[in-house]
Amino acid sequence: MAKAPVDYLYYMRAEKLPHMWCPGCGVGVLVKAIIAAIDDMGWDKNDIAFVSGIGCTSRAPGYMDMNTLHTTHGRALTFATGIKMAQPTKHVIVISGDGDATAIGGNHFIHACRRNIDITLIVNNNNIYGMTGGQFSPTTPYGARAATTPYGNIDPAFDLVELAKGAGATYVARGSVDNGRMLQKFVRGGLNHHGFSVIEALTNCHTQFGRRNKMADPIKMIEWISSRVVSNTKAKKMTPEELKGKILTGVMHTDTERPEYCDEYAHLVEWVQSKKAK
Amino acid sequence: MPSEQSEKPKIVFWQGNEVVAQAAVAAGCRFFGGYPITPSSEVASVMSEMMPQVGGTFMQMEDEIAAMGAIIGASLAGVKSCTATSGPGFSLKMEHIGYACMAEVPCVVVNVMRGGPSTGLPTALGQSDVMQARWGTHGDHATIALAPAYHREIYLSTIKCFNYAEKYRLPVMLLIDEVLGHMSEGMTIPDPSEYEIVDRVKATVPPEEYLPYDTAYGDVPPMASYFEGYRFHVTGLNHGANGFPTTNPEYCNSEEIRMVRKVMKDADKLAEFEEYHLNDAEIVIFAYGSTARSAKMAVDKARKEGIRAGLFRALTIWPFPEKQVYELSQRAKAFVVPEVNLGQMILEVERVAKREMPIVGVNKAGGVPISPFEILDKIKEVNKNG
Repeated sequence: MAKAPVDYLYYMRAEKLPHMWCPGCGVGVLVKAIIAAIDDMGWDKNDIAFVSGIGCTSRAPGYMDMNTLHTTHGRALTFATGIKMAQPTKHVIVISGDGDATAIGGNHFIHACRRNIDITLIVNNNNIYGMTGGQFSPTTPYGARAATTPYGNIDPAFDLVELAKGAGATYVARGSVDNGRMLQKFVRGGLNHHGFSVIEALTNCHTQFGRRNKMADPIKMIEWISSRVVSNTKAKKMTPEELKGKILTGVMHTDTERPEYCDEYAHLVEWVQSKKAK
Repeated sequence: MPSEQSEKPKIVFWQGNEVVAQAAVAAGCRFFGGYPITPSSEVASVMSEMMPQVGGTFMQMEDEIAAMGAIIGASLAGVKSCTATSGPGFSLKMEHIGYACMAEVPCVVVNVMRGGPSTGLPTALGQSDVMQARWGTHGDHATIALAPAYHREIYLSTIKCFNYAEKYRLPVMLLIDEVLGHMSEGMTIPDPSEYEIVDRVKATVPPEEYLPYDTAYGDVPPMASYFEGYRFHVTGLNHGANGFPTTNPEYCNSEEIRMVRKVMKDADKLAEFEEYHLNDAEIVIFAYGSTARSAKMAVDKARKEGIRAGLFRALTIWPFPEKQVYELSQRAKAFVVPEVNLGQMILEVERVAKREMPIVGVNKAGGVPISPFEILDKIKEVNKNG
């Protein structure tokens, strides 16, 4: 039987629309994918905490009809960790931008990965600080122009997938906003995963990144993203020469062996209390 | 029938830091987020042992900021929470202390004060964070801070901090110091009949009518927890009654005023203090925390020498006990303010006294306590000059 179409507005605070993002911003595709993935999971929206930090992306929770928390710059995961540990049976989703997650929030990012706490982190990576006016972020490509790299960026960029894997996340995927269906699949995979999941969404900020890098309209930027990404299955058939400069997408890493943090803590409590009872 | 033996109150010999942890559990704290830092670390150690026993959560976070974020998250999810820190850790927590002020999230921040600034004197005494407790986070806000001086009082004050956090919806500070934190002292564990436990006023309206910052109920809005069906929004931005950001100048201004007023209108109720030989005192010592112990002895010694000295020991340092200090200033000849810093609370005494009179500090910032004799010398000096 075909699944009923997703009632997006059911999950949203319709009275908060229109949203504050620029026309053509990729975050819309991502938010749509997240809602569809939540709908897929069949979760009760009363049981979901949707948490963010600061930045354009971090305004997303305000539009969602859930338990929503707009926190401080980079630190959404710390609040989310407190929420999850206080109510381990509930669902906690964090949405973040690239600057939020990997610069000011870099420490919280790696430690949430390390703990393997059952939270899903979705990073809207547009390679720039949008809200503050287009400064370069830890994912801005080498040589790119930003408000604070008028002569081109000399900072090396983070590979978010490798960072998440290395730090211990147990579900890591990367998609892009030129393929919303794929993003939905990856977000669903993250929500369904018992452990810390990271989904990177490559997205367009034509306003701040594109404008400074000869891609001032969303179509140009999305074409640029499409020209750079290669799915990890397709990549297997490509030569190193062909893969040069490409960004792999797909489910990049899964691990179902590592214990989840809330479970570990619950076992500890059980053990301590049984010892005390004796 | 319980024997006479078992009815005897149990005497414990605890470090101040352990007293804090034990009292927090008694107050209903079930989430502790911490980060190792001297001289507060024993609070975390005791919490790590006790939390699993009582079914609560202990988390050692990746840094001080994360610990503060986690306790706010836990509190929003309906669990009483606290953190403990010292010196540089207190500085780091300021970002999220401000968040808890703005979002009106109950939580408790324990600061076991050491010497500073910066890494300063990690293992030594300081009282130099009292102004930071008041003004450390940016923006206007009200502060409640208690500075107990004795271990049994630390126990009861810790419980009061949780109660105030719940009652007023803000982060409440417990300020002890390295001497109190690391000193062990015999005390009886207060019986639950000696204190009350206050819980936040919960939302009772149907979810569709709930406004998280509804001032129709007074200056402290009722609070729903996450996952109870209310699906509300919380932000550190200035927000309307519905919790969503607003930049309306009139509304933002009135909300800032409300969030300060909710505490300040109860300043008199919140003011707790000990008066020692104040009835006929000409020279009033204003002291708090461990320094007040030395001050008390200095008063005794001064009295023996025929000097009419008295002690006003503030337990509540924020809001500053303005009314009480003002009244004292009208009948005393002089104030002596000993503190292990270069003169912080003395500024408040000066501000409140509102008249020309000697107000002199006894100050040391080298990490060692101020002795009763140093205070006595100052009392004598002031007495001679007066």
